[in-house]
Amino acid sequence: MRVTVRLFARLREAAGRPAWPLDLPDGATVSDVWQAVVGAHPALEPFGAALSAAVNAEFARMSARVHDGDEVAFLPPVSGGAADDESVTQ
Amino acid sequence: MACERFAVQHGPLSVEALTRAVEADARPRGEGCGAVASFVGVVRGTHQGRPVRHLEYEAFEPLAVKVFARIAEEVAEHWPDATLAIHHRIGRLNVGEASVVVVAATPHRAEAFEVCRYGIERVKQIAPVWKHEFLADGDAWIEGAAADPDDRDARNAALARASRAMA
Repeated sequence: MRVTVRLFARLREAAGRPAWPLDLPDGATVSDVWQAVVGAHPALEPFGAALSAAVNAEFARMSARVHDGDEVAFLPPVSGGAADDESVTQ
Repeated sequence: MACERFAVQHGPLSVEALTRAVEADARPRGEGCGAVASFVGVVRGTHQGRPVRHLEYEAFEPLAVKVFARIAEEVAEHWPDATLAIHHRIGRLNVGEASVVVVAATPHRAEAFEVCRYGIERVKQIAPVWKHEFLADGDAWIEGAAADPDDRDARNAALARASRAMA
């Protein structure tokens, strides 16, 4: 099956591309998609520690199954997780 | 005529238009609308003492709009008579420009402040929106925590801040 990977913000910058098609075996999960993304872009590996995912623009767990034609998005931490005391990264 | 209650847009935000729309939506509900509270997030001119040149906001737009609607559903669980609207701007913003507007309409004033505070806290926690700051001497992505709308602790923290808004 084939899914479309989408990356945002720092993930997109680190990969150097916002989206691409990815072929996976049937039964693959969001986690499998992420492993394939990291395989293609090893610089993304550290982002796995704080990551959200969405399938077809709905939040999804890493254990969720993906299906042919799905859009699988990976989201780095959002801009305001901690009240007013934000942390600067980079 | 009425503007959408939940939106992500490139153009400038209008507090007045959103306030009118929310008031009109709230007027026929329950006791009616007796209070409208609004929150406007603006681009600050400094970050940790360093001058900010401009910001760029990026969003996963379809998910962000769904998240705003979800926040309104959460509000309805705690404040059944409230009406909430959230508009977020994306793209390049200069210092002083509005990046996000949250408007809450309720029958009475106390809940309007609470709902408005809850709304912006949840936006910060779970909306897929990223802020890229450009300073005089470099740039940085501003990151908090990974968005998890099912995280009860985060939601309870937002509720606690909302009730503290009235303490």
